[in-house]
Amino acid sequence: MPNLEHPAYPAAALHHLESLVPCRESQVSMLLSIFGERQQLSFPSIFIYGHTSSGKTYVMQNLLNTLQLPHVFVNCVEYFTSRLLLEEILIQLQSHSSEREQTSHVLCDTFNDFVRLFKQALASRGCQDETLYIVLDRAEQLREMEANILPAFLRLQELTNRNVTVVLLSEIVWELFRPNTGCFEPFTLYFPDYSIGHLQKILSQNHPPEYSADFYAAYINILLGVFYMVCRDLRELQHLAVLNFSKYCEPVVRGEANERDTRKLWKNIEPHLKKAMQTVYLREISSSQWERLQRDDGEPGQLKGLSAHTHVELPYYSKFLLIAAYLASYNPVRTDKRFFLKHHGKIRKTNFMKKHEKTSNHLLGPKPFPLDRLLAILYSIVDKRVAPTANIFSQITSLVTLQLLSMVGRNDQLDGPRYKCTVSLDFIRAVAR
Amino acid sequence: GCFVFKPSPKKRRVSQKTANDFGARNNDSEDAELRFATCQSLWNQIKSETEQIQEDLNKQLFDNLVSFLRQSHSEFQEKTTEWTCRMKSREIPTAALVLGVNVTDHDLTFRSLSEVLQNNITPYIALLEAKDCPGIKNLMQKLMGQLMDCYIEVDSLEDEDCVQVSQKRIRCSMTSLINWYEDVTKKTDSKTPSKKRTSSSRHWQSPPVIVIFKDMESFITKVLQDFIVISSQHIRELPLVLIFGIATSPMIIHSLLPHSVSSLLCIELFQSLSCKEHLSTVIEKLLLTAQFPFKLGEKVLQVLINVFLYHDFSVQNFIKGFQLCIVEHFYSQPLSVLCCQLVDAKKRVNSLSHNQCENIRRLPSFRRYVEGQASQKQISLLTEDNFLKEIIQKLLEDLHVYHENYISVLRCLHVFTSSLPKYPLGKQIRELYCACLENRVWETEEYESSLQLARMLNKSDLVTMLQQCVEIFVSSSGKEFDKTVEKLKEFLTQFQKLEAEAFQEQDVSLSPQKDLQKKTDLYHLQKTLLELKESRRSKKLTKFEKLRFEVVDYIDSLVRNYLVPADNKTLHEIVYFNTASVLRGHLNAAPRIALHTALNNPYCYLKNQALKSDGGSISNKAPDICIVYKLHLECGRLINLVDWLEAFSTVVMAVEGPNADAASSDQVDDIIHARFIRAVSELELLGFIKPSKQKTDHVARLTWGGC
Repeated sequence: MPNLEHPAYPAAALHHLESLVPCRESQVSMLLSIFGERQQLSFPSIFIYGHTSSGKTYVMQNLLNTLQLPHVFVNCVEYFTSRLLLEEILIQLQSHSSEREQTSHVLCDTFNDFVRLFKQALASRGCQDETLYIVLDRAEQLREMEANILPAFLRLQELTNRNVTVVLLSEIVWELFRPNTGCFEPFTLYFPDYSIGHLQKILSQNHPPEYSADFYAAYINILLGVFYMVCRDLRELQHLAVLNFSKYCEPVVRGEANERDTRKLWKNIEPHLKKAMQTVYLREISSSQWERLQRDDGEPGQLKGLSAHTHVELPYYSKFLLIAAYLASYNPVRTDKRFFLKHHGKIRKTNFMKKHEKTSNHLLGPKPFPLDRLLAILYSIVDKRVAPTANIFSQITSLVTLQLLSMVGRNDQLDGPRYKCTVSLDFIRAVAR
Repeated sequence: GCFVFKPSPKKRRVSQKTANDFGARNNDSEDAELRFATCQSLWNQIKSETEQIQEDLNKQLFDNLVSFLRQSHSEFQEKTTEWTCRMKSREIPTAALVLGVNVTDHDLTFRSLSEVLQNNITPYIALLEAKDCPGIKNLMQKLMGQLMDCYIEVDSLEDEDCVQVSQKRIRCSMTSLINWYEDVTKKTDSKTPSKKRTSSSRHWQSPPVIVIFKDMESFITKVLQDFIVISSQHIRELPLVLIFGIATSPMIIHSLLPHSVSSLLCIELFQSLSCKEHLSTVIEKLLLTAQFPFKLGEKVLQVLINVFLYHDFSVQNFIKGFQLCIVEHFYSQPLSVLCCQLVDAKKRVNSLSHNQCENIRRLPSFRRYVEGQASQKQISLLTEDNFLKEIIQKLLEDLHVYHENYISVLRCLHVFTSSLPKYPLGKQIRELYCACLENRVWETEEYESSLQLARMLNKSDLVTMLQQCVEIFVSSSGKEFDKTVEKLKEFLTQFQKLEAEAFQEQDVSLSPQKDLQKKTDLYHLQKTLLELKESRRSKKLTKFEKLRFEVVDYIDSLVRNYLVPADNKTLHEIVYFNTASVLRGHLNAAPRIALHTALNNPYCYLKNQALKSDGGSISNKAPDICIVYKLHLECGRLINLVDWLEAFSTVVMAVEGPNADAASSDQVDDIIHARFIRAVSELELLGFIKPSKQKTDHVARLTWGGC
């Protein structure tokens, strides 16, 4: 393993940094070599991408904080408009430079203003010659802002003529960012997923103070054995590890097994973890409920998960409307006559069967249908006469608001509205019962 | 618009004028003001009653929610150093509140919920609706606006130099929200002790901030996701709790939010009472009680229940319908003055005017009563007002007693029928009530079959039912039930005796079996066995059966005595509202039909004699739009404007007679042309036609799919 080395930074800080970011040494050393020394101009923009929780944000934060590099860290989801984003960057810059005038409000509507204000802010800040790092987390949001924001950030160094580097963090590849008008190409860096070994190492690092590291590592090993198949998200795994650890310790606490009795402990925890995978991991029951269950030693069967409550009680006509909508969505128009008319003509079987032998309509998904067809089917499936009162029509709209139907293409108010049925076959079966 | 309640056209305008209206529009303006006042006071009583019901029903749910919210951020205050807390990813506590599809009722629920929370948990509550939040920006604006406002509201009394935050100036970001929260909580800390006591007795040091999403389904997924992601990043600084109002099923959470987002939440499920149960309680408390003098007729009740079951599931709408019934009844029935508490009614009878007395004499039920009397009495009833008033007082009292008894017996009958297999008379008491209101219940087949079934009940069930009945009668206000209670108690003791006897008999029956073993003779054995069988069939079973028959017969007699339909009662018109057609007209709006009638048969609304339609022909006196409409009914999907104009002018010119025919045949008058254009554009405005791109100078028909 390459030890982190850089002439510009103290070895102690580097060592500390290394302990903080396990399994990311090569990326960090790469970044360090790009950054260079404090005064050196760095690459104008760096694009770092990698899967969820592959440590992008964590590494950047630790790197910048430990080495005490001047930086601004902004989450683009949180500052959802360009104005908020730019202002936030300026505010952070100001607050670094002078604590006293924190409240002074900056107004920054355009990127032009930003460049101007940015220079001012840098000037008021002491360390002009040091590289300033602007980290934009979840940078994919930038694409939804004004078209000039992303290209401008990419060449901020050039625009401001200051020693600044913009770091973009994202979960998607650079190719999806590139605007079609072309732009400055950032330096791209990939953070690969953690392997199972990495996960093991990272998870075991933070063991609880009461227990030995080996004991916890054995536990992590079991946990990964169960969950690695479905989940490689480090954060989620950590959460699950903490949730279930007390259960793992139970035999030890009760004195039935000692810490080295791995097999016994495994037997105790394994079914429990499997249950956890089906419930708490899917957020069927919440983690606090899960903890309460553990404490009371209850069976998870008592607590119904969210998906157990699938039944929806609907008014009489809403049910029929929904069924009619389902029929209209999944049956071709041609068959309506055959299904819903008493005296339909003879069915030319051969013609009909051949076309639809292969593709099931359920695989194709729902098709839009006009309102009139929905009502016509409704009239034919309800036994009694249905008056087309406002009650019926308002039920259709309420089904739309409940997301059981969806409206398709509402550009023309005068055209008969078209709907789609969005519920599944199982749901409609339950309703029809 | 979800299960919209359309305010009925005859909504009350609360003013003195209304009272005048009450009579003015009716020919006999008898006691209009008094009627109006009675109506108001009755409605106010009912309203407060329904609010009480709502509160009681929601209590359980709210209690659960409150305790959940109490727990949710308990960690926020205390342990932050512990290992588990440090390591666990912090989730946003979330309550998924499943409220059912009756969206109209949710508003009230949320209102009382936020009231409860405000009193118990935290002053910081924001209610968000999907329609206000098309983007994350709007959501944040709305959220901050509500939260900061509520803070100002709390402090408004002190009138200190609190920052007058104008919403524009504040940056809509989480940071400013956090700053605000820190400010606010610091301020509460530094308050004077006296103030602190008042505030912290209800809320603790750092109360959570509750964000309620009223209609989870309608929110745009992206907005929700962004909001959750943002707030989860600041959960350590801002103790946020989310409440999702869900109308369908909690599965919607998973379909709206991807796993990466839902894993940021700690969701617990809360389910409100089903709306059907709510309705049952409302019916029980409003209709099945002698507390309110006003009653609904069978048809009317059926209409209201049907609207509920078939269309909207909305209890609020049911109550509104009930209100409409009350208003309509007091408006249309002059004798409804007497529809009040018995004591008042008796007083009011004395002050009835002669006209009102005549009104009473005209009541069909009263005439029936008169016909049943001796001829001398008949005359005095029809001629002497004072005598009439005396009799009315007595009759009213009878009616009141009848109601009191009716309800107890109905409940008692319901105890029996609700436990029968297949529920021939319905499972809910409202179904039974409807059946009993409709006609003589004991003449129906269902009643017959339920009696049959009741005769087959087992003993333990029968005993518990009898006990329930005794409780009902004891707690009822009717005075005639002392005997009934005694009788029922007697049945119970008899059952107990029977049990005791059965024990003894078991002992007895054991002994012959012992004998049996001794005897080995085949003949004797056969004989004793036969005897045993015989005795079992004739003696032991009949005792219980006889008693069972007696009980059922007794219940039957009660039913026949007390559950006489109200139509047979004299003066029932005073308290029963029976005109279902009016109600139906108000509640089941049929816009298409109304529009068609208006255009097809303008006489229906305009009441102009000239317009009286004579079948299918088109009168030229009708408004232009009607003529155009009628003509367009005869066309196909695409309508040629030139032909249409020609036809229109022919119809309009018809009055001028044949002599004008020649002149107008090839050239249309400019005025007629203009009238035609106007009528057509009116039709377009109403949405019957629209310009077509397929053919020039054609319009497309939009309704009823062409010919």
